[in-house]
Amino acid sequence: MGPDVELKTIHDKPATDASVPALELASVSYSYGRRQALDNISFSIAPGRFAVLLGLNGAGKTTLFSLISHLFATRNGRIHVFGNDIDRRSGEALRRLGIVFQARTLDLDLTIHQNLAYHASLHGIGSRETDRRIHELMQSIDMSDRLHEKARNLSGGQIRRVEIIRALLHQPSLLLLDEATVGLDIKSRATILADIRRLVAEKGISVLWATHLIDEVSHADQIIVLNQGKLVANGTMHDVIKDTGADTMNEAFSRLTGIISLNAGGRL
Amino acid sequence: MTDIPGNLSIRSIGHNRFGPMQYLVCLKGILVREGLRYLHQRERFISSLVRPLLWLFIFAAGFRQVLGVSIIPPYQTYVLYEVYITPGLCGMILLFSGMQSSLSMVYDREMGNMRTLLVSPFPRWFLLMSKLLAGVAVSIVQVYAFLFIAWFWGVKAPASGYILTLPALFIAGMMLGALGMLLSSMIKQLENFAGIMNFVIFPMYFASSALYPLWRVQEASPLLYKICLLNPFTYAVELVRFAFYGKIEWISLAVVCGFTLVFIAGAIIAYDPSRGLVIKKQEGGNN
Repeated sequence: MGPDVELKTIHDKPATDASVPALELASVSYSYGRRQALDNISFSIAPGRFAVLLGLNGAGKTTLFSLISHLFATRNGRIHVFGNDIDRRSGEALRRLGIVFQARTLDLDLTIHQNLAYHASLHGIGSRETDRRIHELMQSIDMSDRLHEKARNLSGGQIRRVEIIRALLHQPSLLLLDEATVGLDIKSRATILADIRRLVAEKGISVLWATHLIDEVSHADQIIVLNQGKLVANGTMHDVIKDTGADTMNEAFSRLTGIISLNAGGRL
Repeated sequence: MTDIPGNLSIRSIGHNRFGPMQYLVCLKGILVREGLRYLHQRERFISSLVRPLLWLFIFAAGFRQVLGVSIIPPYQTYVLYEVYITPGLCGMILLFSGMQSSLSMVYDREMGNMRTLLVSPFPRWFLLMSKLLAGVAVSIVQVYAFLFIAWFWGVKAPASGYILTLPALFIAGMMLGALGMLLSSMIKQLENFAGIMNFVIFPMYFASSALYPLWRVQEASPLLYKICLLNPFTYAVELVRFAFYGKIEWISLAVVCGFTLVFIAGAIIAYDPSRGLVIKKQEGGNN
């Protein structure tokens, strides 16, 4: 079997079991010394769903992403990616994850192609298959003509789009995006959101999109709200609005995160 | 491979293992990236050559009359100080290159590039070893470029010496690269790297047999002599020195191999997410 050939699969659960959640967290807690960053978080995302993880800065979103992507070990609780425990079967779980980090992670001195090929090699994909996938994905975002340019020549929005393409290169089943639109202008944000929604629709992958921007939750199948390390809401937008007794998502989020009480206190 | 509604391919629920070809692809990718980064940083290549050449052309010329070198193994006759110092300068290149690699790991960590490596599904130990091998490959190229220039300066080894030096450089490079990797896990910020220069590189270099034979050191300071004997860099230099003349210094080989294993094990433990040594430091203040 050459490197271009798909990896062999040894099923330890029925492969047709679509009921296995794309992501499942059970009682996950994490602390930095005495500071509790996450407190007893449990939720799951069904396959093919677009879920938004909403929370203010400092809510625990990045810590949660670090646990799901196995950068941190899960000390309390369990995380499963398509049935694979992230700590016990990290290789299998990570194969199914595509990750776009909050910080820019392209090597600016290398070309786009070199950056993407490096990522493909980290997933054991051979050069011919890598080239095919790179061309296909770059074409899908109309950036094939920039393939041999250095990453530092791209704008912030273009770098983000390439990072998303990179995260999809190994054909993950679950895409994690941590504040992917932070620092971008309105047009770039809209382009990236459109890219993601189109790719999700085309490829049917699950998405967990972390953001603190309320306008990015529209069209989400599921909204998970974190506040000060605690899960305060989980459901469809309709459910979240209804459960909080609010009229809009904006108002619901404000109530869940205590922004309204701050307003009442006259501090905002 | 089975499709589920929504066109999702569920290779997912199975247990996938990478074959040897995938491991090779991954190793090649890491080697190529390190090589490309090196090529893109021409000043790094030039400075890696200029440093030992300055020592060879200026320092060694100046000290030639001051430092006498008696006939000690592996030398069978009196040698010029330039000849004596050359294996030490090879060690210097490996030492600085190993530390440079650790600097680049700290930089990658700060810039976020390191995460792309650490979230690869390959085993963490394999990724770190590949990164280490890539760094050593780059440093060996630097050493041979230096030896090529030194040849014109009259520092010549037997032809077999140039071949036997390769495995010696590899093992010594692995030891110093693994040390750099271990240190990189302990450095919180890029700015702290200056401390490594002062507290690791310079003491390791000067308290060794790189610049002067140990019998000379013993005459001057018995304490410093003992420190030199405890310094693994001394054994790396001696391993290269003997290999340069087609010989194997077994004690040096054993010590360097031993320290290599210890440093590699330390680096793998330090980068283990269950220890969280590296990421915890960086993310401590994050949300």
